[in-house]
Amino acid sequence: MKLFEIKGGVLPKDHKELSANKAIQEVPMPLELSLPMHQHIGIAAKPMVQVGERVTKGQLIGLCATQCLEGSASNNRITAPVHAPTSGRISNIAMQRSPHPSGLPEMMVTLQPDGADRWGALPRALDPASSSASELVERIQQSGIVGMGGAMFPTAAKLEARKYSDLHSLIINGAECEPYLTADDRLMREQAQKIVDGIVILQHILNVPNVIIAIEDRRVHAVDAMRTAIGAHKGMSVVLVPTRYPMGSEKHLIKALTGQEVPSGSLPSSLGLIVNNVGTAYAIHEAVRLGQPLISRIVTVSGGAIKNPGNYHVLLGTKVSHLVETCGGFSQQPEQMMIGGPMMGLPFSDLEVPITKGTNGILALTKSEVKPGTHRPCIRCGACIPACPSGLEPQDLFVLVRNEKIEPAIDAGLADCILCGACSYVCPSHIPLVQFFNYGKGQALEMRNEVVRAARLKQLSDERSVRVEEKARQKKAKQEARKKAIAARKKAQEQERAQAGEVKA
Amino acid sequence: MLIAVVALAALGVLLGVILSMAARFLSVDSDPLADELEQMLPNLQCGQCGFVGCRPAAEALSAGEIEVTLCPPGGVALAAKLAEKLHVEIDLSKMDHEPLVAFVHEERCIGCTKCILVCPTDCIIGAPKKLHTVIASACVGGAACLEVCPTDCIEMVPVTIKEASVQSWNWPKPGSPQSSSSLHSKSSQLATGGAD
Amino acid sequence: MSRAKTISAPFTHAITSVPRTMLLVMLALAPATAFSLYQFGWPAIILFFIIIGSSLLFEALSLLIARKPVTPFLLDGSAVLTGWLVAMALPPWAPWWIGVLGGFIAIVFGKHIYGGLGQNIFNPAMVARIALLISFPLEMTFFMQPQPLFAQQSPNFLQAMDIIFMGGINIDALTSASTLTQIKVLQFDGQSIEAATGLVSYLPTAMLGVLPGSMGEMSVLSLIVGGVFLLALRIISWHTPVAMFASMALIAGIAHFFNPAFHPGMWTHLFSGGFVLGAFFIATDYVTQPVSNSGRLIFGAGVGALTFVIRAYSIFPEGVGFAILLMNAMTPLIDHYIKPRIFGRSKSGEPLASEQLERGRQ
Repeated sequence: MKLFEIKGGVLPKDHKELSANKAIQEVPMPLELSLPMHQHIGIAAKPMVQVGERVTKGQLIGLCATQCLEGSASNNRITAPVHAPTSGRISNIAMQRSPHPSGLPEMMVTLQPDGADRWGALPRALDPASSSASELVERIQQSGIVGMGGAMFPTAAKLEARKYSDLHSLIINGAECEPYLTADDRLMREQAQKIVDGIVILQHILNVPNVIIAIEDRRVHAVDAMRTAIGAHKGMSVVLVPTRYPMGSEKHLIKALTGQEVPSGSLPSSLGLIVNNVGTAYAIHEAVRLGQPLISRIVTVSGGAIKNPGNYHVLLGTKVSHLVETCGGFSQQPEQMMIGGPMMGLPFSDLEVPITKGTNGILALTKSEVKPGTHRPCIRCGACIPACPSGLEPQDLFVLVRNEKIEPAIDAGLADCILCGACSYVCPSHIPLVQFFNYGKGQALEMRNEVVRAARLKQLSDERSVRVEEKARQKKAKQEARKKAIAARKKAQEQERAQAGEVKA
Repeated sequence: MLIAVVALAALGVLLGVILSMAARFLSVDSDPLADELEQMLPNLQCGQCGFVGCRPAAEALSAGEIEVTLCPPGGVALAAKLAEKLHVEIDLSKMDHEPLVAFVHEERCIGCTKCILVCPTDCIIGAPKKLHTVIASACVGGAACLEVCPTDCIEMVPVTIKEASVQSWNWPKPGSPQSSSSLHSKSSQLATGGAD
Repeated sequence: MSRAKTISAPFTHAITSVPRTMLLVMLALAPATAFSLYQFGWPAIILFFIIIGSSLLFEALSLLIARKPVTPFLLDGSAVLTGWLVAMALPPWAPWWIGVLGGFIAIVFGKHIYGGLGQNIFNPAMVARIALLISFPLEMTFFMQPQPLFAQQSPNFLQAMDIIFMGGINIDALTSASTLTQIKVLQFDGQSIEAATGLVSYLPTAMLGVLPGSMGEMSVLSLIVGGVFLLALRIISWHTPVAMFASMALIAGIAHFFNPAFHPGMWTHLFSGGFVLGAFFIATDYVTQPVSNSGRLIFGAGVGALTFVIRAYSIFPEGVGFAILLMNAMTPLIDHYIKPRIFGRSKSGEPLASEQLERGRQ
């Protein structure tokens, strides 16, 4: 297949050898699981259990039902349920420190495993061939499946694109472009058959003739495994994409495969495409064929500061500390820890935060890996421009954001920034460009909210003035009508009197 | 020499006449700048700027009698727009970021509905002889309700800062105090081995 | 400036850094500098260190006045590099105060007046050279025949101190005009330029570097070696130098073809004066050239064309410095108009029309 070039990007040392050649391992049952109610894009789920309650493995414990969706002001009624990863007792429902860069607390349900790991009643297995698309999508929704590449967008909501777009191709994203991460790579090597089954289910739901499985050309074992697993499936092909960061970005992967660019502000479905991660396909297989909800995932634990890096099959809600212990702990004090890859990962410092549906990696990097530098003024070297895959001029954009010129920054393409970090990576002055853009995007959002609020207030005020005027008009009309009536009555009385006078006379 | 003087004088007179005619026949009744400014203002007629409505405020703005930071409902965003329009420099950081909203002290409210009638955005809800309350998100802080309340039970309070949550959190600006705040103290120490 | 307290990704970094860039540029300059210092002997060596020392001094003073941290900025190599380039652009036996003044103008008026590193519009070294050239034309066009170190005529260290600090011994015997100056004189006299010495054997002698001129006008070969080194390491992009060479070669070639008695040939233009130094080391200064590669093509072509025009038609024999400064002034304009296309948007910035929308319209 002919590939197309993507502009920009960088080629950082990938360090995948640390974890790529070890089989996925199981993690011993932790003493406690903390399950955030908000592990997805959209509206948070509400706890459906009480403290002290006993739950079985796979039991629904968090849900945002129809009523709670209706209560929300958002137009996007998107959510995902949360299930118990093992059997046990609910020991706490409280705000706890989240694995978010802010470290702020969020609602979590704490589960104490009983060790039995006993499944409860699961929904029956579905045969995709004899099930309707909506039946399958409902199962995916009920199973709490979200984008496993890290985006955490509820998959069922994504699949809704089949209703309003003319889809022709499904792209399976196996281009794990972040350094260190090998979770998808390992999953493809070990569970290719199940992934392909998940892809077949997706293909059936979306009713698309073509499926492209995109894998980086350096992941030869994964490519072999997937090619073997595909066998004679119609319309399915594995395509090798060049190893280059950020090839795994949805829009850039599409560009590389089709030569088309997703219009700014649009979704891939506007080009008739839909992209899903390999991990998502695997989760769909489990949900449909076995009726098992999403309760675990593959996590890469790696970095120079980890004693035994590798890939682990982790129950959601497992604390990072437990996972690190499983890996033999730290070999040295890490310089920086992050959830996800080093290019776009989120920093965290507290090991007592849980693994969530979107956690594809836990990295503890040493100083020589992080290469912290001195923050210096911009020397306009322009290195960030060819590095930017979105065709922006980061050196310009950052000056605008630094000077609080948010609207000009939006005009210069702030919204088109995908925060991939390529610009920061190459910047000789070590300017935290991505953080400036993160900040700018936050400010832009606040400004937009303010504008929306002002428009709403204006509307309220206008409605009121119309109403007040209407009332005044009615009042006046009433008064006039009454005056008229009085005048008419007076006239009538006078006439009567006159008539009476005439009679008297 | 004479010809030149006469010619220039004639030109001057001619142009003068044209200008005075133009001033007379092409004059604009209202100040076009004030019109534009009025369009930019929220037009809530709340009177917080000290003028009786947005039109007089726009006129004062166009005459340069009042600062562009006059309008609390418009907030920083409006001030920035006005500054750009009027080509003036402002320091937005000095602007009061926290607009005030009305708050009903329940123990004193007698349910007279007077405030409900004067609110420009219908943000007070209640019924006769029933406790009233303010929908803070719809309050422009006009304070019209303060004057009509017979029991002085309404007070203007700063908008309660949104409870810090994972959803409302934004990345701090690099170099700002929050950027190295306690939120992240542990990892920033890890990252840099202490402050420098 | 502080240790980057990054709380946002990425948590890894390429090996690039400002001091590394500066160091590599200096490394690239080293062969040409060493050769020139050898050719001009002790006076040139003394002047070279005077200029770099004064640049560092004025950098430190400026940083103190601006209340910026002194040590990290002083050690980033930018002041040394600026001083070095000033040295390359001055006559090798210039008096000491020309050197100190050069350092002062470059660092203070060239850089810190604008707000320091990264903020200046004009290349500091060229600002210094041009300001000195206009103010002190005599001292600035005082070129000599190379006097290799330890050669018989070459002054020893003490004599060199005398030359640089005291205005020294009578060295008129050693002075000589650079090739471009000779050409300019002949042009003014309305004579054919073919009388200029060395023009016949110009190319090999210029390549080797035994003709009179500034330090940076000496060895074209060693400058090219340095330039290729920078290109190979991607410290500079090829766009600016290639565009400069191409536009100069084209214009000079055409001019020479039509009027060989007035215009020297293409090679003379390319390899004389500071053209090679300018193409690889001065015009490619990050701060003052356009940021985009297509902008750099325009910039380089402009420098080449302006250099030719100034050399051929102005009173100055050499025009690279003027041309670079003039194009520096154009840089903000070029940057304003040459913008890359944003992903998913048309050249004009509108979101691309999607296929589906088009299909819907039909």
